[in-house]
Amino acid sequence: MIDVQHVSKRYGGYLAVEDVSFHVPQGQILGFLGPNGAGKTTTMRMITGYMPPSSGTVTIAGYDIFSQSLQARRHIGYLPETVPLYTDMTVRSYLDFQGTIHGLKDPHKRGRVNTVIERMRLDEYADTYIGKLSKGYRQRVGIGQAIIHEPDVLVLDEPTIGIDPIQVVETRQLIKELGQDHTIILSTHILPEVSMVCQRVVIINEGQIVAADTADSLSAKLGGPERVRLLVRGPAREVAGAVRDLPGVQTVEHEATGTEGVDRFLVACRMGRDLRPQLAAVITQHKWDLLELQAIGMSLEDIFLRLTTSEELPANA
Amino acid sequence: MRNALAIGGKEVRTYFSSPMAYVVAAIFLAATGFFFVQDLAVLQLARLQGFFGPASFLLLLLCPLLTMRLLAEEQKLGSLELLLTAPVRDEEVVIGKYIGALAMVGSMLALTLYFPLVLFLFGDPDPGPVLTGYLGIFLLGACFAAVGLFASSMTSNQIVAAVIALGFSLLFWLAGTAGSMLQEVPGARDLLQYLTLSTHYGELVRGVVDARALVYLLSFIIAALFLTVRSIETKRWR
Ligand SMILES: Nc1ncnc2c1ncn2[C@@H]1O[C@H](COP(=O)(O)OP(=O)(O)OP(=O)(O)O)[C@@H](O)[C@H]1O
Ligand SMILES: [Mg+2]
Repeated sequence: MIDVQHVSKRYGGYLAVEDVSFHVPQGQILGFLGPNGAGKTTTMRMITGYMPPSSGTVTIAGYDIFSQSLQARRHIGYLPETVPLYTDMTVRSYLDFQGTIHGLKDPHKRGRVNTVIERMRLDEYADTYIGKLSKGYRQRVGIGQAIIHEPDVLVLDEPTIGIDPIQVVETRQLIKELGQDHTIILSTHILPEVSMVCQRVVIINEGQIVAADTADSLSAKLGGPERVRLLVRGPAREVAGAVRDLPGVQTVEHEATGTEGVDRFLVACRMGRDLRPQLAAVITQHKWDLLELQAIGMSLEDIFLRLTTSEELPANA
Repeated sequence: MRNALAIGGKEVRTYFSSPMAYVVAAIFLAATGFFFVQDLAVLQLARLQGFFGPASFLLLLLCPLLTMRLLAEEQKLGSLELLLTAPVRDEEVVIGKYIGALAMVGSMLALTLYFPLVLFLFGDPDPGPVLTGYLGIFLLGACFAAVGLFASSMTSNQIVAAVIALGFSLLFWLAGTAGSMLQEVPGARDLLQYLTLSTHYGELVRGVVDARALVYLLSFIIAALFLTVRSIETKRWR
Protein backbone atom coordinates (compact mmCIF):
# COMPACT_ATOMS: atom_id res chain seq x y z
CA MET A 1 0.00 0.00 0.00
CA ILE A 2 2.87 2.33 0.84
CA ASP A 3 6.06 1.68 -1.08
CA VAL A 4 9.13 3.79 -0.43
CA GLN A 5 12.10 3.07 -2.70
CA HIS A 6 15.60 4.49 -2.21
CA VAL A 7 14.32 7.86 -1.13
CA SER A 8 16.76 10.63 -0.25
CA LYS A 9 16.18 14.27 0.64
CA ARG A 10 18.75 17.00 0.53
CA TYR A 11 18.15 20.42 2.09
CA GLY A 12 20.74 22.55 0.36
CA GLY A 13 23.94 20.70 1.11
CA TYR A 14 22.52 18.80 4.10
CA LEU A 15 21.42 15.23 3.53
CA ALA A 16 18.40 14.82 5.86
CA VAL A 17 17.22 11.43 4.57
CA GLU A 18 19.51 8.98 2.83
CA ASP A 19 18.44 6.02 0.70
CA VAL A 20 15.43 4.99 2.77
CA SER A 21 13.37 2.03 1.51
CA PHE A 22 10.48 0.19 3.12
CA HIS A 23 7.12 -1.25 2.29
CA VAL A 24 3.89 -1.21 4.28
CA PRO A 25 1.39 -3.85 3.16
CA GLN A 26 -2.35 -3.20 3.34
CA GLY A 27 -3.77 -3.19 6.84
CA GLN A 28 -0.48 -2.91 8.66
CA ILE A 29 0.50 -0.34 11.27
CA LEU A 30 4.12 0.64 10.85
CA GLY A 31 6.00 2.55 13.53
CA PHE A 32 8.64 4.94 12.36
CA LEU A 33 10.96 5.34 15.31
CA GLY A 34 13.78 7.81 15.63
CA PRO A 35 15.26 10.52 17.84
CA ASN A 36 14.82 14.25 17.18
CA GLY A 37 16.17 15.29 13.81
CA ALA A 38 16.34 11.73 12.51
CA GLY A 39 14.35 12.59 9.39
CA LYS A 40 10.91 11.24 10.34
CA THR A 41 8.98 14.37 9.39
CA THR A 42 11.00 14.79 6.22
CA THR A 43 10.22 11.22 5.16
CA MET A 44 6.51 11.68 5.92
CA ARG A 45 6.39 14.89 3.91
CA MET A 46 7.75 12.99 0.94
CA ILE A 47 5.23 10.17 1.44
CA THR A 48 2.32 12.63 1.53
CA GLY A 49 3.52 14.53 -1.53
CA TYR A 50 4.23 17.79 0.27
CA MET A 51 7.77 17.81 -1.04
CA PRO A 52 9.28 15.67 -3.76
CA PRO A 53 12.26 13.47 -2.84
CA SER A 54 15.66 14.52 -4.15
CA SER A 55 15.89 10.97 -5.49
CA GLY A 56 13.88 7.76 -5.19
CA THR A 57 10.17 7.05 -5.53
CA VAL A 58 7.12 6.79 -3.30
CA THR A 59 4.08 4.82 -4.43
CA ILE A 60 0.72 5.02 -2.63
CA ALA A 61 -1.97 2.49 -3.55
CA GLY A 62 -0.24 1.96 -6.87
CA TYR A 63 0.04 5.66 -7.75
CA ASP A 64 3.35 7.49 -7.90
CA ILE A 65 3.18 10.40 -5.47
CA PHE A 66 5.00 12.68 -7.89
CA SER A 67 3.77 11.85 -11.39
CA GLN A 68 0.22 10.80 -10.36
CA SER A 69 0.06 13.14 -7.43
CA LEU A 70 -3.66 13.88 -7.25
CA GLN A 71 -4.71 10.22 -7.49
CA ALA A 72 -2.15 9.25 -4.88
CA ARG A 73 -3.13 12.10 -2.55
CA ARG A 74 -6.79 11.01 -2.66
CA HIS A 75 -5.73 7.86 -0.83
CA ILE A 76 -3.90 9.62 1.99
CA GLY A 77 -5.02 11.16 5.25
CA TYR A 78 -2.29 13.17 6.93
CA LEU A 79 -1.76 14.53 10.42
CA PRO A 80 1.29 16.82 10.43
CA GLU A 81 3.42 17.07 13.55
CA THR A 82 2.25 20.58 14.46
CA VAL A 83 -1.49 19.88 13.87
CA PRO A 84 -1.99 23.02 11.75
CA LEU A 85 -5.74 23.67 11.82
CA TYR A 86 -7.65 26.85 10.96
CA THR A 87 -8.26 28.36 14.37
CA ASP A 88 -10.99 30.70 13.14
CA MET A 89 -13.30 27.87 12.08
CA THR A 90 -15.59 25.71 14.15
CA VAL A 91 -14.89 22.00 14.38
CA ARG A 92 -17.88 21.16 12.21
CA SER A 93 -17.21 23.73 9.49
CA TYR A 94 -13.53 22.74 9.41
CA LEU A 95 -14.32 19.06 8.94
CA ASP A 96 -16.88 20.01 6.31
CA PHE A 97 -14.26 22.06 4.46
CA GLN A 98 -11.73 19.24 4.59
CA GLY A 99 -14.42 16.86 3.35
CA THR A 100 -15.15 19.12 0.39
CA ILE A 101 -11.55 19.50 -0.74
CA HIS A 102 -11.14 15.74 -0.40
CA GLY A 103 -13.95 15.26 -2.88
CA LEU A 104 -16.90 14.41 -0.61
CA LYS A 105 -20.34 15.67 -1.58
CA ASP A 106 -23.48 16.17 0.46
CA PRO A 107 -25.38 14.28 1.81
CA HIS A 108 -22.56 11.73 2.16
CA LYS A 109 -20.23 14.47 3.40
CA ARG A 110 -22.64 15.59 6.12
CA GLY A 111 -22.90 11.99 7.26
CA ARG A 112 -19.13 11.61 7.38
CA VAL A 113 -18.72 14.83 9.37
CA ASN A 114 -21.22 13.59 11.94
CA THR A 115 -19.61 10.15 12.07
CA VAL A 116 -16.15 11.64 12.61
CA ILE A 117 -17.40 14.04 15.28
CA GLU A 118 -18.95 11.11 17.10
CA ARG A 119 -16.00 8.81 16.64
CA MET A 120 -13.49 11.41 17.86
CA ARG A 121 -15.85 12.23 20.74
CA LEU A 122 -16.05 15.88 19.74
CA ASP A 123 -19.85 16.18 20.09
CA GLU A 124 -19.66 18.72 22.85
CA TYR A 125 -17.28 20.90 20.83
CA ALA A 126 -18.76 20.55 17.35
CA ASP A 127 -19.65 24.24 17.19
CA THR A 128 -16.67 25.55 19.13
CA TYR A 129 -13.94 27.52 17.37
CA ILE A 130 -10.82 25.38 17.00
CA GLY A 131 -8.73 28.21 18.44
CA LYS A 132 -10.54 27.72 21.76
CA LEU A 133 -9.86 23.99 22.01
CA SER A 134 -7.17 22.45 24.20
CA LYS A 135 -4.23 20.70 22.59
CA GLY A 136 -5.74 17.27 23.14
CA TYR A 137 -8.99 18.19 21.43
CA ARG A 138 -7.15 19.83 18.54
CA GLN A 139 -5.30 16.57 18.12
CA ARG A 140 -8.64 14.81 17.83
CA VAL A 141 -9.80 17.27 15.19
CA GLY A 142 -6.48 16.70 13.44
CA ILE A 143 -7.01 12.95 13.33
CA GLY A 144 -10.64 13.59 12.38
CA GLN A 145 -9.69 15.59 9.30
CA ALA A 146 -7.23 12.86 8.33
CA ILE A 147 -9.92 10.17 8.29
CA ILE A 148 -12.81 12.26 6.95
CA HIS A 149 -12.56 10.83 3.40
CA GLU A 150 -11.90 7.27 4.59
CA PRO A 151 -8.44 7.10 3.02
CA ASP A 152 -6.60 3.80 2.56
CA VAL A 153 -3.45 5.24 4.04
CA LEU A 154 -3.02 7.28 7.21
CA VAL A 155 0.20 9.16 7.85
CA LEU A 156 0.42 10.35 11.45
CA ASP A 157 3.44 12.39 12.52
CA GLU A 158 3.93 11.98 16.27
CA PRO A 159 0.22 11.64 17.04
CA THR A 160 0.67 11.35 20.81
CA ILE A 161 3.02 14.24 21.37
CA GLY A 162 1.97 16.98 23.80
CA ILE A 163 -1.22 15.43 25.15
CA ASP A 164 -1.91 14.17 28.65
CA PRO A 165 -1.25 10.52 29.62
CA ILE A 166 -4.91 9.51 29.66
CA GLN A 167 -5.46 10.87 26.19
CA VAL A 168 -2.25 9.24 25.03
CA VAL A 169 -3.70 5.88 26.02
CA GLU A 170 -6.98 6.73 24.27
CA THR A 171 -5.21 7.89 21.14
CA ARG A 172 -3.16 4.69 20.95
CA GLN A 173 -6.33 2.67 21.31
CA LEU A 174 -7.94 4.72 18.59
CA ILE A 175 -5.00 4.22 16.23
CA LYS A 176 -5.21 0.48 16.80
CA GLU A 177 -8.90 0.58 15.91
CA LEU A 178 -8.20 2.68 12.83
CA GLY A 179 -5.66 0.04 11.84
CA GLN A 180 -8.55 -2.29 11.09
CA ASP A 181 -9.62 -0.27 8.03
CA HIS A 182 -6.51 1.76 7.24
CA THR A 183 -2.87 1.18 6.47
CA ILE A 184 -1.03 3.38 8.93
CA ILE A 185 2.44 4.80 9.25
CA LEU A 186 3.08 6.69 12.47
CA SER A 187 6.23 8.31 13.70
CA THR A 188 7.30 8.47 17.31
CA HIS A 189 10.33 8.67 19.49
CA ILE A 190 8.73 6.66 22.28
CA LEU A 191 9.90 3.05 22.18
CA PRO A 192 7.09 1.41 24.19
CA GLU A 193 4.53 3.14 21.98
CA VAL A 194 5.75 1.14 19.04
CA SER A 195 5.32 -2.21 20.74
CA MET A 196 1.87 -1.18 21.99
CA VAL A 197 0.48 0.00 18.68
CA CYS A 198 2.50 -1.22 15.73
CA GLN A 199 3.06 -4.54 14.03
CA ARG A 200 6.29 -3.49 12.38
CA VAL A 201 8.99 -1.00 13.21
CA VAL A 202 11.46 0.91 11.12
CA ILE A 203 14.15 2.63 13.14
CA ILE A 204 15.78 5.64 11.57
CA ASN A 205 18.75 7.61 12.80
CA GLU A 206 20.54 10.49 11.11
CA GLY A 207 18.51 9.94 7.97
CA GLN A 208 19.29 6.26 7.58
CA ILE A 209 17.38 3.11 8.47
CA VAL A 210 19.28 1.29 11.19
CA ALA A 211 16.82 -1.54 11.81
CA ALA A 212 13.54 -2.89 10.50
CA ASP A 213 11.74 -5.69 12.28
CA THR A 214 8.44 -6.82 13.72
CA ALA A 215 7.52 -4.93 16.84
CA ASP A 216 7.42 -8.10 18.96
CA SER A 217 10.86 -9.37 18.12
CA LEU A 218 12.30 -5.91 18.42
CA SER A 219 10.92 -5.35 21.88
CA ALA A 220 12.01 -8.86 22.88
CA LYS A 221 15.51 -7.97 21.82
CA LEU A 222 15.54 -4.46 23.16
CA GLY A 223 12.92 -4.23 25.84
CA GLY A 224 14.54 -6.61 28.37
CA PRO A 225 15.95 -5.50 31.70
CA GLU A 226 19.41 -4.93 30.36
CA ARG A 227 20.13 -2.24 32.87
CA VAL A 228 19.60 -2.79 36.55
CA ARG A 229 19.92 -0.30 39.35
CA LEU A 230 21.06 -1.64 42.73
CA LEU A 231 21.07 0.02 46.12
CA VAL A 232 23.36 -1.88 48.46
CA ARG A 233 24.64 -1.43 52.01
CA GLY A 234 28.16 -2.81 52.01
CA PRO A 235 31.76 -2.11 51.04
CA ALA A 236 31.42 -0.32 47.74
CA ARG A 237 34.57 -1.54 46.03
CA GLU A 238 33.98 -5.16 46.91
CA VAL A 239 30.35 -4.99 45.83
CA ALA A 240 31.31 -3.51 42.50
CA GLY A 241 33.99 -6.16 42.04
CA ALA A 242 31.65 -9.03 42.82
CA VAL A 243 28.97 -7.73 40.48
CA ARG A 244 31.45 -7.15 37.70
CA ASP A 245 32.66 -10.76 37.98
CA LEU A 246 29.19 -12.13 37.20
CA PRO A 247 29.01 -13.60 33.69
CA GLY A 248 26.92 -11.41 31.39
CA VAL A 249 27.66 -8.12 33.12
CA GLN A 250 29.19 -5.55 30.83
CA THR A 251 29.80 -2.50 32.97
CA VAL A 252 29.17 -1.37 36.51
CA GLU A 253 28.87 2.30 37.36
CA HIS A 254 29.11 3.34 40.94
CA GLU A 255 27.40 6.36 42.51
CA ALA A 256 27.63 7.52 46.07
CA THR A 257 24.29 8.24 47.73
CA GLY A 258 25.42 10.55 50.48
CA THR A 259 24.60 8.01 53.15
CA GLU A 260 27.71 6.42 54.65
CA GLY A 261 28.07 2.78 53.54
CA VAL A 262 25.11 2.81 51.13
CA ASP A 263 25.89 2.94 47.43
CA ARG A 264 24.06 2.86 44.16
CA PHE A 265 25.25 0.76 41.20
CA LEU A 266 24.12 0.90 37.63
CA VAL A 267 24.70 -2.48 36.01
CA ALA A 268 24.58 -2.92 32.24
CA CYS A 269 24.06 -6.50 31.09
CA ARG A 270 24.65 -8.16 27.78
CA MET A 271 21.80 -7.83 25.28
CA GLY A 272 18.90 -10.10 26.07
CA ARG A 273 20.12 -11.28 29.48
CA ASP A 274 18.03 -10.88 32.60
CA LEU A 275 20.56 -11.02 35.44
CA ARG A 276 18.32 -9.86 38.27
CA PRO A 277 18.23 -13.24 40.13
CA GLN A 278 22.02 -13.66 39.89
CA LEU A 279 22.58 -10.10 41.09
CA ALA A 280 20.32 -10.62 44.09
CA ALA A 281 22.02 -13.94 44.86
CA VAL A 282 25.56 -12.64 44.73
CA ILE A 283 24.78 -9.79 47.09
CA THR A 284 22.98 -11.92 49.66
CA GLN A 285 25.78 -14.53 49.47
CA HIS A 286 28.23 -11.90 50.65
CA LYS A 287 25.80 -10.93 53.43
CA TRP A 288 25.46 -7.37 52.15
CA ASP A 289 22.07 -5.74 52.39
CA LEU A 290 20.17 -5.44 49.11
CA LEU A 291 17.99 -2.35 49.61
CA GLU A 292 16.71 -1.92 46.08
CA LEU A 293 16.83 -3.76 42.77
CA GLN A 294 15.25 -2.08 39.79
CA ALA A 295 15.21 -2.93 36.09
CA ILE A 296 15.54 0.09 33.84
CA GLY A 297 14.33 -0.06 30.25
CA MET A 298 16.66 1.03 27.56
CA SER A 299 16.31 4.59 26.47
CA LEU A 300 16.07 5.36 22.81
CA GLU A 301 19.58 6.75 22.98
CA ASP A 302 20.88 3.42 24.32
CA ILE A 303 19.18 1.60 21.49
CA PHE A 304 20.71 3.80 18.86
CA LEU A 305 24.05 3.42 20.53
CA ARG A 306 23.70 -0.34 20.42
CA LEU A 307 22.27 -0.51 16.94
CA THR A 308 24.88 1.73 15.51
CA THR A 309 27.92 0.58 17.45
CA SER A 310 27.43 -3.14 18.08
CA GLU A 311 26.79 -6.14 15.90
CA GLU A 312 24.38 -7.69 18.35
CA LEU A 313 21.21 -6.76 16.51
CA PRO A 314 21.63 -6.96 12.77
CA ALA A 315 19.31 -4.89 10.63
CA ASN A 316 17.36 -7.66 8.99
CA ALA A 317 15.36 -5.45 6.69
CA MET B 1 -13.35 24.51 -9.76
CA ARG B 2 -15.34 22.99 -6.92
CA ASN B 3 -12.20 23.00 -4.81
CA ALA B 4 -11.42 26.61 -5.73
CA LEU B 5 -14.94 27.63 -4.76
CA ALA B 6 -14.68 25.74 -1.47
CA ILE B 7 -11.41 27.53 -0.66
CA GLY B 8 -12.86 30.86 -1.81
CA GLY B 9 -15.96 30.37 0.35
CA LYS B 10 -13.82 29.62 3.35
CA GLU B 11 -11.79 32.81 2.75
CA VAL B 12 -14.94 34.90 2.52
CA ARG B 13 -16.19 33.54 5.84
CA THR B 14 -12.80 34.30 7.37
CA TYR B 15 -12.98 37.89 6.08
CA PHE B 16 -16.44 38.40 7.45
CA SER B 17 -15.33 37.26 10.88
CA SER B 18 -12.10 39.25 10.99
CA PRO B 19 -11.85 42.72 12.50
CA MET B 20 -9.21 43.72 9.93
CA ALA B 21 -11.71 43.46 7.07
CA TYR B 22 -14.26 45.62 8.90
CA VAL B 23 -11.71 48.26 9.86
CA VAL B 24 -10.40 48.49 6.30
CA ALA B 25 -13.90 48.67 4.84
CA ALA B 26 -14.89 51.34 7.35
CA ILE B 27 -11.87 53.49 6.53
CA PHE B 28 -12.52 53.09 2.81
CA LEU B 29 -16.18 54.01 3.09
CA ALA B 30 -15.60 56.96 5.40
CA ALA B 31 -12.80 58.44 3.31
CA THR B 32 -14.49 57.98 -0.08
CA GLY B 33 -17.75 59.30 1.38
CA PHE B 34 -15.96 62.43 2.53
CA PHE B 35 -14.48 63.11 -0.92
CA PHE B 36 -17.79 62.40 -2.61
CA VAL B 37 -19.71 64.82 -0.42
CA GLN B 38 -17.00 67.45 -0.75
CA ASP B 39 -17.15 67.23 -4.54
CA LEU B 40 -20.90 67.40 -4.50
CA ALA B 41 -21.22 70.27 -2.04
CA VAL B 42 -18.33 72.44 -3.19
CA LEU B 43 -18.42 71.96 -6.94
CA GLN B 44 -22.18 71.34 -7.19
CA LEU B 45 -21.49 68.75 -9.90
CA ALA B 46 -23.55 65.59 -10.36
CA ARG B 47 -20.58 63.37 -11.16
CA LEU B 48 -18.52 60.68 -9.45
CA GLN B 49 -15.04 61.96 -10.27
CA GLY B 50 -14.64 63.14 -6.70
CA PHE B 51 -15.12 59.54 -5.60
CA PHE B 52 -13.12 57.67 -8.27
CA GLY B 53 -9.93 59.72 -7.85
CA PRO B 54 -9.25 59.19 -4.13
CA ALA B 55 -10.87 55.74 -4.18
CA SER B 56 -8.13 54.38 -6.45
CA PHE B 57 -5.37 55.56 -4.16
CA LEU B 58 -7.19 54.32 -1.07
CA LEU B 59 -7.52 50.90 -2.70
CA LEU B 60 -3.81 50.92 -3.42
CA LEU B 61 -3.11 51.53 0.27
CA LEU B 62 -5.79 49.25 1.74
CA CYS B 63 -5.74 46.21 -0.55
CA PRO B 64 -2.39 44.95 0.83
CA LEU B 65 -3.99 44.88 4.28
CA LEU B 66 -6.75 42.64 2.96
CA THR B 67 -4.52 40.27 1.01
CA MET B 68 -1.48 39.98 3.27
CA ARG B 69 -3.05 37.20 5.31
CA LEU B 70 -4.10 34.91 2.44
CA LEU B 71 -1.02 32.72 2.00
CA ALA B 72 1.41 34.17 4.55
CA GLU B 73 -0.70 32.96 7.46
CA GLU B 74 -1.04 29.49 5.96
CA GLN B 75 2.73 29.29 5.82
CA LYS B 76 3.14 30.58 9.35
CA LEU B 77 0.60 28.15 10.83
CA GLY B 78 1.80 25.27 8.67
CA SER B 79 -1.71 24.70 7.35
CA LEU B 80 -0.37 25.13 3.81
CA GLU B 81 1.08 21.66 4.30
CA LEU B 82 -2.41 20.20 4.68
CA LEU B 83 -3.75 22.23 1.77
CA LEU B 84 -0.93 21.13 -0.52
CA THR B 85 -1.24 17.46 0.43
CA ALA B 86 -5.01 17.44 -0.15
CA PRO B 87 -6.07 16.27 -3.62
CA VAL B 88 -6.24 19.87 -4.82
CA ARG B 89 -4.16 21.44 -7.59
CA ASP B 90 -1.89 24.34 -6.72
CA GLU B 91 -3.83 26.40 -9.29
CA GLU B 92 -7.07 25.67 -7.45
CA VAL B 93 -5.56 26.86 -4.18
CA VAL B 94 -4.45 30.13 -5.78
CA ILE B 95 -7.71 30.74 -7.63
CA GLY B 96 -9.69 29.91 -4.49
CA LYS B 97 -7.72 32.41 -2.45
CA TYR B 98 -8.14 34.97 -5.21
CA ILE B 99 -11.90 34.45 -5.34
CA GLY B 100 -11.99 35.17 -1.62
CA ALA B 101 -10.03 38.39 -2.02
CA LEU B 102 -12.12 39.53 -5.00
CA ALA B 103 -15.32 38.91 -3.08
CA MET B 104 -14.00 41.06 -0.24
CA VAL B 105 -12.89 43.93 -2.49
CA GLY B 106 -16.10 43.60 -4.49
CA SER B 107 -18.33 43.84 -1.45
CA MET B 108 -16.41 46.86 -0.21
CA LEU B 109 -16.98 48.58 -3.56
CA ALA B 110 -20.61 47.47 -3.63
CA LEU B 111 -21.15 49.37 -0.40
CA THR B 112 -20.23 52.60 -2.22
CA LEU B 113 -23.01 52.13 -4.75
CA TYR B 114 -25.18 54.49 -2.76
CA PHE B 115 -23.08 57.40 -4.11
CA PRO B 116 -24.34 56.93 -7.70
CA LEU B 117 -27.77 56.11 -6.28
CA VAL B 118 -27.89 59.50 -4.59
CA LEU B 119 -26.72 61.16 -7.81
CA PHE B 120 -29.38 59.50 -9.93
CA LEU B 121 -32.08 60.29 -7.37
CA PHE B 122 -31.27 63.98 -7.03
CA GLY B 123 -29.44 64.85 -10.23
CA ASP B 124 -29.00 63.87 -13.81
CA PRO B 125 -25.53 62.40 -14.25
CA ASP B 126 -24.18 60.82 -17.43
CA PRO B 127 -24.58 57.07 -16.79
CA GLY B 128 -21.71 56.08 -19.15
CA PRO B 129 -18.74 57.22 -17.06
CA VAL B 130 -20.43 55.95 -13.89
CA LEU B 131 -20.61 52.43 -15.32
CA THR B 132 -17.13 52.42 -16.86
CA GLY B 133 -15.74 54.04 -13.73
CA TYR B 134 -17.09 51.21 -11.60
CA LEU B 135 -15.69 48.69 -14.07
CA GLY B 136 -12.36 50.49 -13.74
CA ILE B 137 -12.28 50.61 -9.96
CA PHE B 138 -13.25 46.95 -9.74
CA LEU B 139 -10.54 45.92 -12.20
CA LEU B 140 -8.06 48.08 -10.33
CA GLY B 141 -8.99 46.40 -7.05
CA ALA B 142 -8.67 43.05 -8.81
CA CYS B 143 -5.14 43.98 -9.93
CA PHE B 144 -4.09 45.08 -6.45
CA ALA B 145 -5.60 41.91 -4.97
CA ALA B 146 -3.66 39.73 -7.43
CA VAL B 147 -0.39 41.49 -6.63
CA GLY B 148 -1.19 41.23 -2.93
CA LEU B 149 -1.82 37.50 -3.22
CA PHE B 150 1.50 37.05 -4.98
CA ALA B 151 3.27 39.04 -2.26
CA SER B 152 1.55 36.93 0.39
CA SER B 153 2.89 33.75 -1.21
CA MET B 154 6.46 34.95 -0.89
CA THR B 155 6.73 35.15 2.89
CA SER B 156 5.23 33.82 6.09
CA ASN B 157 5.32 37.31 7.60
CA GLN B 158 2.09 39.24 6.97
CA ILE B 159 3.65 42.67 7.48
CA VAL B 160 6.38 41.89 4.96
CA ALA B 161 3.71 40.63 2.56
CA ALA B 162 1.77 43.89 2.90
CA VAL B 163 4.87 46.01 2.32
CA ILE B 164 5.89 44.02 -0.76
CA ALA B 165 2.35 44.31 -2.14
CA LEU B 166 2.36 48.07 -1.54
CA GLY B 167 5.73 48.38 -3.27
CA PHE B 168 4.62 46.49 -6.39
CA SER B 169 1.31 48.35 -6.52
CA LEU B 170 3.01 51.74 -6.28
CA LEU B 171 5.48 50.72 -8.96
CA PHE B 172 2.73 49.89 -11.43
CA TRP B 173 0.71 52.92 -10.35
CA LEU B 174 3.50 55.43 -10.86
CA ALA B 175 5.51 53.92 -13.74
CA GLY B 176 3.84 56.30 -16.19
CA THR B 177 4.99 59.35 -14.22
CA ALA B 178 8.54 58.16 -14.67
CA GLY B 179 7.70 57.60 -18.34
CA SER B 180 6.58 61.18 -18.84
CA MET B 181 10.11 62.27 -17.96
CA LEU B 182 11.36 60.35 -20.99
CA GLN B 183 9.99 62.85 -23.51
CA GLU B 184 12.83 62.32 -25.95
CA VAL B 185 12.40 58.49 -26.14
CA PRO B 186 8.76 58.18 -27.24
CA GLY B 187 8.89 54.39 -27.54
CA ALA B 188 9.98 53.86 -23.96
CA ARG B 189 7.57 56.51 -22.75
CA ASP B 190 4.60 54.91 -24.45
CA LEU B 191 5.53 51.47 -23.19
CA LEU B 192 5.78 52.72 -19.60
CA GLN B 193 2.47 54.52 -20.02
CA TYR B 194 0.89 51.30 -21.24
CA LEU B 195 2.28 49.32 -18.29
CA THR B 196 0.84 51.82 -15.84
CA LEU B 197 -2.38 50.98 -14.06
CA SER B 198 -3.37 54.62 -13.52
CA THR B 199 -3.33 55.33 -17.30
CA HIS B 200 -5.98 52.72 -18.02
CA TYR B 201 -7.96 53.49 -14.93
CA GLY B 202 -8.03 57.19 -15.83
CA GLU B 203 -9.47 56.39 -19.26
CA LEU B 204 -12.20 54.19 -17.82
CA VAL B 205 -13.19 56.86 -15.31
CA ARG B 206 -13.47 59.39 -18.16
CA GLY B 207 -15.85 56.98 -19.88
CA VAL B 208 -13.39 55.73 -22.50
CA VAL B 209 -13.37 51.95 -22.94
CA ASP B 210 -10.29 50.82 -24.83
CA ALA B 211 -9.91 47.11 -25.57
CA ARG B 212 -6.14 47.44 -25.16
CA ALA B 213 -6.67 48.69 -21.61
CA LEU B 214 -8.93 45.77 -20.70
CA VAL B 215 -6.45 43.31 -22.23
CA TYR B 216 -3.66 44.84 -20.19
CA LEU B 217 -5.57 44.78 -16.89
CA LEU B 218 -6.68 41.17 -17.38
CA SER B 219 -3.16 40.08 -18.40
CA PHE B 220 -1.81 41.82 -15.34
CA ILE B 221 -4.11 39.76 -13.11
CA ILE B 222 -3.35 36.49 -14.88
CA ALA B 223 0.39 37.10 -14.73
CA ALA B 224 0.26 37.80 -10.98
CA LEU B 225 -1.79 34.64 -10.36
CA PHE B 226 0.57 32.59 -12.51
CA LEU B 227 3.56 33.87 -10.52
CA THR B 228 1.72 32.96 -7.32
CA VAL B 229 1.28 29.37 -8.52
CA ARG B 230 4.97 29.17 -9.36
CA SER B 231 5.89 30.65 -6.01
CA ILE B 232 3.89 27.93 -4.24
CA GLU B 233 5.46 25.23 -6.39
CA THR B 234 8.94 26.35 -5.42
CA LYS B 235 7.93 26.03 -1.76
CA ARG B 236 7.61 22.31 -2.29
CA TRP B 237 11.11 22.08 -3.68
CA ARG B 238 12.85 23.86 -0.84
N1 LIG C 1 12.89 22.81 5.65
C1 LIG C 1 14.10 22.41 6.09
N2 LIG C 1 15.22 23.03 5.66
C2 LIG C 1 16.44 22.64 6.09
N3 LIG C 1 16.66 21.62 6.94
C3 LIG C 1 15.60 20.96 7.41
C4 LIG C 1 14.26 21.32 7.01
N4 LIG C 1 13.40 20.49 7.64
C5 LIG C 1 14.16 19.65 8.39
N5 LIG C 1 15.47 19.93 8.26
C6 LIG C 1 16.58 19.19 8.90
O1 LIG C 1 16.51 17.84 8.52
C7 LIG C 1 16.77 16.98 9.62
C8 LIG C 1 15.62 16.02 9.82
O2 LIG C 1 14.49 16.76 10.27
P1 LIG C 1 13.08 16.12 10.54
O3 LIG C 1 12.14 17.22 10.86
O4 LIG C 1 12.71 15.23 9.42
O5 LIG C 1 13.37 15.23 11.83
P2 LIG C 1 12.35 14.44 12.75
O6 LIG C 1 12.82 13.03 12.78
O7 LIG C 1 10.95 14.67 12.32
O8 LIG C 1 12.62 15.09 14.16
P3 LIG C 1 11.62 15.44 15.37
O9 LIG C 1 11.53 14.22 16.22
O10 LIG C 1 12.32 16.55 16.06
O11 LIG C 1 10.32 15.86 14.77
C9 LIG C 1 17.02 17.88 10.83
O12 LIG C 1 18.40 17.96 11.03
C10 LIG C 1 16.46 19.21 10.41
O13 LIG C 1 17.20 20.25 10.96
MG1 LIG D 1 9.35 15.50 13.17
